[in-house]
Amino acid sequence: MTLGLDAAAWTAVLLSLRVAVVATLCALPLAIWVAHLLARRDFPGKQVVNGLVHLPLVLPPVVTGYLLLVVFGGNGVIGGWLRDLTGFTFAFRWTGAALAAAIMAFPLMVRAIRLGIEAIDQGLEEAAATLGASRWRIFRTVTLPLILPGVLAGAVLGFAKALGEFGATITFVAAIPGQTQTIPSAIYALLQVPGQEPAVVALVVVSIILAMGALIASEWLARRVRSK
Amino acid sequence: MIDVVIKQQLGQLALDVAFSAPAGLTAIFGPSGAGKTSILRAVAGLSQPASGHVRLDGTDIGVLAPQARRIGYVFQDARLFPHMTVEQNLTYGGAHDRDRIIDMLGLSELLGRYPARLSGGEAQRVAIGRALMSAPQLLLLDEPLAGLDAARKAEVLPYLERLRDIAEMPILYVSHDMAEVARLATTLVLLRDGRVVRDGPLLDLLSDPAQIPVLGAEVAGALLPVQVTGFDATDQMTTLTADAGAILVPGQLGEIGQSLRLRIPARDIILSKTVPADVSALNILPVTIADLSEVDGAFVDVTLQAGSDRLLARITRRSCQRLDLSPGQAIHAIVKATAIGR
Repeated sequence: MTLGLDAAAWTAVLLSLRVAVVATLCALPLAIWVAHLLARRDFPGKQVVNGLVHLPLVLPPVVTGYLLLVVFGGNGVIGGWLRDLTGFTFAFRWTGAALAAAIMAFPLMVRAIRLGIEAIDQGLEEAAATLGASRWRIFRTVTLPLILPGVLAGAVLGFAKALGEFGATITFVAAIPGQTQTIPSAIYALLQVPGQEPAVVALVVVSIILAMGALIASEWLARRVRSK
Repeated sequence: MIDVVIKQQLGQLALDVAFSAPAGLTAIFGPSGAGKTSILRAVAGLSQPASGHVRLDGTDIGVLAPQARRIGYVFQDARLFPHMTVEQNLTYGGAHDRDRIIDMLGLSELLGRYPARLSGGEAQRVAIGRALMSAPQLLLLDEPLAGLDAARKAEVLPYLERLRDIAEMPILYVSHDMAEVARLATTLVLLRDGRVVRDGPLLDLLSDPAQIPVLGAEVAGALLPVQVTGFDATDQMTTLTADAGAILVPGQLGEIGQSLRLRIPARDIILSKTVPADVSALNILPVTIADLSEVDGAFVDVTLQAGSDRLLARITRRSCQRLDLSPGQAIHAIVKATAIGR
């Protein structure tokens, strides 16, 4: 079964999946931590952190991509240092696409998880504290299980966003087939060439199937969590 | 022995309390907004007082984090973890004395259930069990019966009584219901507007006419230690024996030989110079007037000695004059059987 996709299109689909899965999985723990910080702690500079987290949501994606290039590019502030130290680089690699997708998805994940945290009764965490549980144990055994629906919602939103990310990715790591050409940039490239409509439609259908699949999976998981 | 000093500004309320509670159950009693729950939260470390201490047998636990204080806190709303079974809830803080606590609180049928499928009374019993299994050195109960209807209260109260009788740690019990306090407490801390108005042994405070203005006329009344000595199945009447004499109450209360406390509100005693015949009241106790204290307004509070027991009656000034009552006089106290709270 090829769904009318040629080898190049398949490469883009598999790359997109890899980028989105890695971006979601890497960003999720950090998003939970930041959401918990923003929902439950008061600290100086909280508004600054809140603003920074949400910046990718309001900036033009091209600007975010440019900033990524400056910071994480081959000669970037952190990118250059990382390359000198470990030989690892984000520049023009699928890892760079994953980083761009993660950063674009991050605010959506944090928002969904934060709503989940704010909805649970703080009294339960207090009760756990009086029973002798450490902060980490309270988080692991009380907070996290109760915000699981919110975490799932955040993960799906983030995954969908990562799958569809275009502007920041193409600015940061371009659209190299097999390296950084994800579904959106593949569709864009195909549209530049006359007579490629069938290939475009095939990729569009795959995009819809992936997005719907993620939604349905998260609904199913959330229902399983809630029924317990 | 626990010694509490708290100074804390909480919105409009300036909490400024100091009291000690011996072993047994100490009731913190007062109207809503007096700061009762705030005291428990500060003792548990869930809020930080501006100054003060919480000394438990001489050690200040007020400097510790909540998780290090070894306090069992039973919240008004139970606060069971909704994603855990009763069993998982119970053992969250430890499984100290697990089987005995499950047995004492009647929880063995509930272990596999989730909190959403518990009644209010069951949830509260689980919450008490969970606090006990963490092996606390101090137990805090915040109106554990407030959210329950009369039937559920009646279900949980015997467990609390048993707990008071066997628990080795001090218990602080917050309530605004004097019937509950009278039944459970050994020590009373009376709270009003963030301050301790009175504190001391409950029986002394309740039968002291000087405390009526403080406690309020609704609340004042003696508490008699009694023993169940008989039950008439035909008439459904229980005989209770106090030093003052035998008292009949409707319904079956406890088992023969069991010790109970009877609360007789001051307003529910009628005084008579002669033995009244042909009255519906069943309990007529011979008593001696120990003291008369005039209070403002239309009332006089009469302290009555009945054997070693003391009763407190509140009558109108006019009745007092008409009967020409004076200390030392022998008289009869008519106590309506239905006026007797357990």
